[in-house]
Amino acid sequence: MKEILGDIDRWRAAGRRIAIARVVDIEGSGPRLPGATMAVADDGEVAGSVSGGCVEGAVVAEALDILSTGDRRLVTFGYSDDDAFAVGLTCGGTVHLFIEPLDW
Amino acid sequence: MAEQFISSSNRWIGDVVNPSIYELWREAVTANRPVALATVIGGVNPGAKILVGKAMDPVGTLGDPDLDRVVIRDAIGELAGGRSGVRNYGPHGEAREDAVAVFIESFAPPPRMLIFGAVDFTGALVRVAKVLGYSVTVCDAREVFATKRRFPHADEVVVDWPHRLLEREGDQLGERDAICVLTHDHKFDVPAIIAALGTDVGYLGAMGSRRTNDERLRRLEDEGADMDQVRDRLHAPIGLDLGGRTPEETAVAIVAEIIAARTGRIAASLKGTAGPIH
Repeated sequence: MKEILGDIDRWRAAGRRIAIARVVDIEGSGPRLPGATMAVADDGEVAGSVSGGCVEGAVVAEALDILSTGDRRLVTFGYSDDDAFAVGLTCGGTVHLFIEPLDW
Repeated sequence: MAEQFISSSNRWIGDVVNPSIYELWREAVTANRPVALATVIGGVNPGAKILVGKAMDPVGTLGDPDLDRVVIRDAIGELAGGRSGVRNYGPHGEAREDAVAVFIESFAPPPRMLIFGAVDFTGALVRVAKVLGYSVTVCDAREVFATKRRFPHADEVVVDWPHRLLEREGDQLGERDAICVLTHDHKFDVPAIIAALGTDVGYLGAMGSRRTNDERLRRLEDEGADMDQVRDRLHAPIGLDLGGRTPEETAVAIVAEIIAARTGRIAASLKGTAGPIH
């Protein structure tokens, strides 16, 4: 999260609302460890990453939804036998993200 | 009540009604002060946070004083080990229950790499170590070589005998840190290696040809070094056997060995091995 402070500072100075998505847990193979962070501004600008590019697009959509509703949630992306997830990691792992507005 | 809030750089940055947890966290990580941030991610009060650090009172609440007490204790423990992860608790912090899920994230200062010897290979190793996120110190007793101008990417350039630097700072080194001895001059190497073996540094390597290395081992024994410790901990000649020659290639061979030493891998190509990658 430290590496995206510059972008967050810039967005805050411009009065933009920000959602923060953090990897909190991974199962199996996964490119980024817990703590990997991505920030999304209310106009869709992005800083940082939470995977090798597999789920970032879906995270942006979740983050923008969270900015419009104001809630916070745990989101899981990964491989599933019943194809419940539209978005997965090509490496076959599962990643759990906590996404919330930067209102704290 | 509003109060004037002064940042650590002593620049007035505005009137605020108490700094938020985010602002306190930001101040700490910017100043490289170790802190851990605990966030409720499941159960009541999702998003509630507590920030803990070494020389500060915990800030914030998860909504229950007993839960707060247990999470503060666990966050301090995770921070000491530099770990991040999810822990589950009962509503009042009970163990072996899962009403509340808390993500504890440690923000530890970057690991240190001490490079002894301001030689040809040093500049390349500084650059590669910076890519990996180390805070890099170059140390050499010869002030004409140990200059910030020669190593602009180093966080710190110290003119002193390496073993004296370790006498001052060695007790702060831990398993995440590394010492690379590049002087290949026995009068610097031998006391530096003996001093390094007295620290808890995670990686210790020393550069030199096979012949230099044999001679260095002899001198270490003559100087009374614990030769069991030398065999266990000293990586010499330094680096993986990648066959490179240039300073940059050598630097990659050194940091690759540091990673392999930490993970306990034998550093073969993945193509020739099986099993989980991480």
